[in-house]
Amino acid sequence: MDERTLLDVLVAASALTLASAMPFLYSALGEVFSQLSGVFNLGVEGIMLMGAFVSIYFASDMGLDAGLLAGVLAGIVTGAVLGLVMAFVSVTMHADQGISGIGITLVGRGLSTTLFILLADGVLLVESFQPVRIPLLSDLPILGDIFFNQNVMVYGALLLVPLTAWLLRRTTWGLQIRAVGQNPAAADAMGVDVVRVRYSAVILGGAMAGLAGASMPLALTNVFQVNMTAGLGFIAVAMVYFGGWSPWRVMVGSLLFSAAYNLQIWVQVLDVKLFGETIPVNILLMMPYVLAIIVLVFARDMQRFRPQAMNRPFRRGD
Amino acid sequence: MFQLRQKVVQRSDPLIVLAPILAILLALVLGGILLLLLGRDPILAYRAMWDGAIGNPFENLTSLANTFTRAIPLMLVATGICVAFRGGVINIGSEGQLFVGALAVVALSANVGDSLPALIYVPLSLVVGFAGGAIWGAIPGFLRARFSVNEILCTIMMNQIAIQLLNIMLSGPLRDPSANVTQSARLPEAVWLGRMLPPTRLHTGIFVALIATVVTWLLLWRTPIGYRIRAVGQNREASRYAGISVPVYIILALTLSGGLAGLGGAVELTGVSRRMVSGFAAGYGFSGIVVAIFGRLHPLGAIPSALLFSAMVTGAERMQRTVQVHYETIIAIQGIVVLFAVSSSMWVQRRAAKRLAIDVSMSRSDDKPGSDAGDVRPAEA
Repeated sequence: MDERTLLDVLVAASALTLASAMPFLYSALGEVFSQLSGVFNLGVEGIMLMGAFVSIYFASDMGLDAGLLAGVLAGIVTGAVLGLVMAFVSVTMHADQGISGIGITLVGRGLSTTLFILLADGVLLVESFQPVRIPLLSDLPILGDIFFNQNVMVYGALLLVPLTAWLLRRTTWGLQIRAVGQNPAAADAMGVDVVRVRYSAVILGGAMAGLAGASMPLALTNVFQVNMTAGLGFIAVAMVYFGGWSPWRVMVGSLLFSAAYNLQIWVQVLDVKLFGETIPVNILLMMPYVLAIIVLVFARDMQRFRPQAMNRPFRRGD
Repeated sequence: MFQLRQKVVQRSDPLIVLAPILAILLALVLGGILLLLLGRDPILAYRAMWDGAIGNPFENLTSLANTFTRAIPLMLVATGICVAFRGGVINIGSEGQLFVGALAVVALSANVGDSLPALIYVPLSLVVGFAGGAIWGAIPGFLRARFSVNEILCTIMMNQIAIQLLNIMLSGPLRDPSANVTQSARLPEAVWLGRMLPPTRLHTGIFVALIATVVTWLLLWRTPIGYRIRAVGQNREASRYAGISVPVYIILALTLSGGLAGLGGAVELTGVSRRMVSGFAAGYGFSGIVVAIFGRLHPLGAIPSALLFSAMVTGAERMQRTVQVHYETIIAIQGIVVLFAVSSSMWVQRRAAKRLAIDVSMSRSDDKPGSDAGDVRPAEA
């Protein structure tokens, strides 16, 4: 491979890594809202699956053929509805959050598969979002092709990072979310409606998980497959721990894990060998999860940012 | 968490028995409505489910035997999950632990061949299966105790790693060279568990499962070790002050939990498939969580609960053939059952508080950080 083509391949691999960080970004940023308010939503995986199915079913001409935008909206609404269920179970009914999340995941998994087979006969394809070149910026060497020649959903995910940071740090609502997650009793005494704030955070988190699901078929793969998230939603939850509940660090985590998910491509591009042999595919597929565990071990220091009331239902007077 | 609260009201409230049954019924009704919306006849679907799971036992035991067969690994997995729960940790990694347990048995047979008599071989395979799962459970246990790594996330990751490990083994060292598909060679006959009701696949592993649940129950409620596991599960701080080494018992709880799942993998392998194929026993891990919760996190509760959910899954396969509804519908129904079951616990608790006028502070003592299962702060050695 000569110099020129190697550079092209590297740029293409980087652009792909950035694009596939998108579902992580949407779901993990949503989970930041949820967890900061005190609700550990492990249902992200299932919500993403439902969001993915519903969105492509709306968008695809093999489904309702309502267009990509309608698909995205349908994914968001689906996610919000499942977020509402999670909020009801964990906030109103005070159920154990880890287990409720598994329940939501099972519902999302089972329902998306059932509907996919029944409504679409197991095949759904869509003409996905096309890259949009940003004038001037996309003409930059190297950077232009990596950052400024992506589709709108990728731009949206990247813009959400500063937006989330701003919402959480600079708005009353953002501060209320953090307050009810740190010390609900104190927030309650100050007149903050703990239940309402938690509901809003969990529903927003759900909507963003639905959006994350929608982004997979509509802006990344252009198909739906049974269980297509394959644990990605759980990684997103782990990433929130890794990111210490900060949107910026969550973004770093998303890029890191996206690179790990695309390890196969990187290993090929960079021609990495292990003892002179090609590395087996399954070992590469294992790496994101190994990385997740290693990261959880080393992200221990982040625990100081942990919302103190996470996983604890609030009752006035406790 | 909810297991404690329910304990307070045991024996006093008929609702404690009714609530889970209501949860199942409600979930089935919701499932029926879904079927109706999708243009399928729910009555027909559920009748097919009944035929597939139970049928008419006086004429033909096949359906019932299938249900019992499938309940065996579920029982073991669920019992394992109970141990972890009682120790205050949530084990979502049963699926991986089950794979590794079965994989260990395959590796054993690949090395030993058929040189051992069944009398030694079968127990040895069970021990090896248990050990394999135990190791896979001990890793997140250690990381939890030593580095306060969230065990829910860690066990989920361990599942994915186990799946890839299985694929590596099946496409490499343990692959059956004579087959085109990725699977292991057939196990030697000496390690097989006997079939009790041919041509069905009901095997003697059911006794292994029943003994394991009873032994686990005795261990948890009749021995000092079990007492300490439960003490750590209820209140880490208090246990520490009482001189219990909290990290040791957290690791032990997850190790035993993994071991029981590994045992489930071993009996499923030697009793049913008798060779490792990709997609082996998939889904038992997550169903096991549902079974454990439904059995109220009690090893003995896991027995009827495993039979019930096994019946649902076994029946769902027949339903798929009869009304062409994918059997994963049953996974959605299981999810709804979980949501109802965890939600109803508070409701039951409130009623109980009214009926018995239990001291408020006492009934809430389990909300303290020590028993918070999602809690990731150090358990403090």
